[in-house]
Amino acid sequence: MTTALQTSGLSKRYGHGLALVDCTLSIPARHIVGLVGPNGAGKTTLLHLAVGMLAPTSGTIEVLGGRPASGPAQLAKVGFVAQDAPVYAGFTVADHLRFGAHMNPGWDAALARDRIDQLGLDRRQRAGKLSGGQRAQLALTLALAKRPELLILDEPIASLDPLARSEFLRSLAEYTASRQVSVVMSSHLVSDLERICDYLIVLVASRVQVAGPVTDLLASHGQGLEDLVLDYMSRATRSSTPPAPQPIPEA
Amino acid sequence: MTWLTWRQFRAQVIAAAAAAAVLAILLAVTGPHMAHLYDSSGIATCTGVSCGPISNTFGNELPWFDTVIYLVGLGIMFLVPAIVGVFWGAPLVAHEIEARTLPLTWNQSVTKTRWLAVKLGLVGLGSMATAGLLSLMLTWWSSPMDSTLEIPYGHRLLLERLGPVLFATRGVAPLGYAAFAFALGVTAGMLTRRTVSAMAATLGGFAALQFAWAEWIRAHLVPPVTVIVPLNPVSISVLGVKDGFMTLQAAPALTQQGAWILSGQVIDISGHPAQVPAIPACLGTNSAACAASLARLHLRELISYEPASRFWTFQWVETGIFVALALALAATCIWWLVRRIA
Repeated sequence: MTTALQTSGLSKRYGHGLALVDCTLSIPARHIVGLVGPNGAGKTTLLHLAVGMLAPTSGTIEVLGGRPASGPAQLAKVGFVAQDAPVYAGFTVADHLRFGAHMNPGWDAALARDRIDQLGLDRRQRAGKLSGGQRAQLALTLALAKRPELLILDEPIASLDPLARSEFLRSLAEYTASRQVSVVMSSHLVSDLERICDYLIVLVASRVQVAGPVTDLLASHGQGLEDLVLDYMSRATRSSTPPAPQPIPEA
Repeated sequence: MTWLTWRQFRAQVIAAAAAAAVLAILLAVTGPHMAHLYDSSGIATCTGVSCGPISNTFGNELPWFDTVIYLVGLGIMFLVPAIVGVFWGAPLVAHEIEARTLPLTWNQSVTKTRWLAVKLGLVGLGSMATAGLLSLMLTWWSSPMDSTLEIPYGHRLLLERLGPVLFATRGVAPLGYAAFAFALGVTAGMLTRRTVSAMAATLGGFAALQFAWAEWIRAHLVPPVTVIVPLNPVSISVLGVKDGFMTLQAAPALTQQGAWILSGQVIDISGHPAQVPAIPACLGTNSAACAASLARLHLRELISYEPASRFWTFQWVETGIFVALALALAATCIWWLVRRIA
C-alpha cells in the first residue's frame, strides 16, 4: 500500500519561531484526510511543505513517494488549492481552462468543461468578478482537471457562506467517490470535515496531537468527533508549554 | 508556459506594437524628404571648412517638424529601456507576489524554475526586440541630421556620435540597455516583493548607471588615441595665475569630424605641461601682445580622443557588456528563486 504523505521529524522555523515541530506522519493513500487545528497551529505550513512551496528546516517529507515539487512529474501528481483560492483576476473563466490545459500534460478538458457547466459559470466572466464560492469552485476545477493522485486543499471553504460551503463539499465528495484519489484538506472547523473525512490529523501549537482513521479514533474515545478534537486541543494547551502560535507568512 | 507568458504580456505587446507602428508611419512619411535634402546638399562629399556653410544651409532648409521629431526621437530612445525595466520587468514577479497567484502558478505541472526562465527569456527578448526595432527606425531616419551635427565648423550644436547624447540612442546599444533594464526590474521585484518599490528602484538604478556609464566608464572601454597638435596662440586663453604661473586652456584644435574629444592639455616644447610665468600682457586686455609673447614659446596641445570610426566597436562592446550584465541578473533571479522558495 502506497502512502500519500510521509513525514519524519519534520520541522519548520521562521526566524526565531517554530511553525511546525517534529512532525512524524504516515498517511496511507486513498483517504480523505482532515487536517484540523486552531488558526496559526501550523496547518498551512505543513501543506506548503507538502507541495514544495516551503523547504523543511529539518526532517524529511515525501509525497506519493517523491520529494515535493521536485519536477514536472511530481507536480502533475499533486493538485493544490491554496488558502483563499487564488486565481488570476484579469483572466476569464475560459482563460483559466486554457491555462490549465497548457500547463498540465494530463489535463482532462472534458472534466473541466463539465464542471464549469454544472456550476453555471459564465466562461467570459473575469475571475476577479466571481463570488468567493465561484472562485473556490474554479480553483478546485483547475486542481481536479489535472487529474492528481493527491489533492491538497488549504482551508478551501473557510471564507464561503454556508450554501457555497455545502456545494463545495458536495462536489468534492462527488468527485472523490468516483475516483481513486487521496485528499488532504485543512480546516479550523471540525464540522466542515466530519461530513467527508475518513482520516483525521489534529494539529495544535505546531505539533501533531493525534492522527488516524476516524473510525479508530471514535472507537477508542467513544464520543463525537467535535468533542474528540476539542479534547485534544485543550489537552495540548494545558500540557507542556506550547510555543506561541506563529503567524504564517503568505506565499 | 509560452501561452501563459503571451496571455499575461499580450496587452503590453499590443501597446508597444501600436506605438512602434505610429512612429514608423511618421518616419516613413518624413524621412525621404530629409534624405533628399541631404543628398542634394553636398554634405556627403564636402571636406574641411567648406562643410560649415553647407551644413548650415541644410539645417535651414529642414522643415520645423523634422527638428521636433529628431528631439522626440532622442527622448524616446533614452526612455524606452527605462520604460521596459519599470513597466515590464519590475511587475513580472512582484505583481504575482502581491496578487498571491504564485501558489496557483507553481502548482501546475511546470517547475517554478522553468516558469521563471521562460518568462525571463520571452519577455526579455521582447524587450530587446522593441528597443532594437525603435533604434533601427530612428537611427535610419536621423542619420542625415546626425552626420550634419558632427561637423565641427560654425555649427551651434555639436553632437559627436560617440558622445553621451547620440551614442546611447543609436545602433545596437539600446538593445543591451533594454535587456539590462528588464532584468534589473525583475530582480528588484523579487527582492522588494512590491511592484511600486521595484519600479522606483529600477528607474533610479538604471538612470544612475546610464549617467555614470556615459560620464566615467564608456571612454575607458577602448584606450583613447592621443595626439599632439600645434596651437594657434590666439586660441589660448588664460584662466588665471597661480604661484606666479598662468593656468592656460585652449579649445581643442582637432578638426577630425565626429571625434569624441576627452581631454586637451597645453604642453611646452619638451612635452611637459606648460609652466609659463605670468606675462603682464596676458593679464591685461592687450590680447595681441599676449598672443605674440605666447607664440615665442611654441606651445602645443596634447589631445586624447576617440575617433568616430570606432563607433561600431564601442557599440558592440557596450551591447555585449549590458547583455552579459542582464544574463548575470537573470541567473541571480533564478538562483534566488531556487534558494528562497515562496
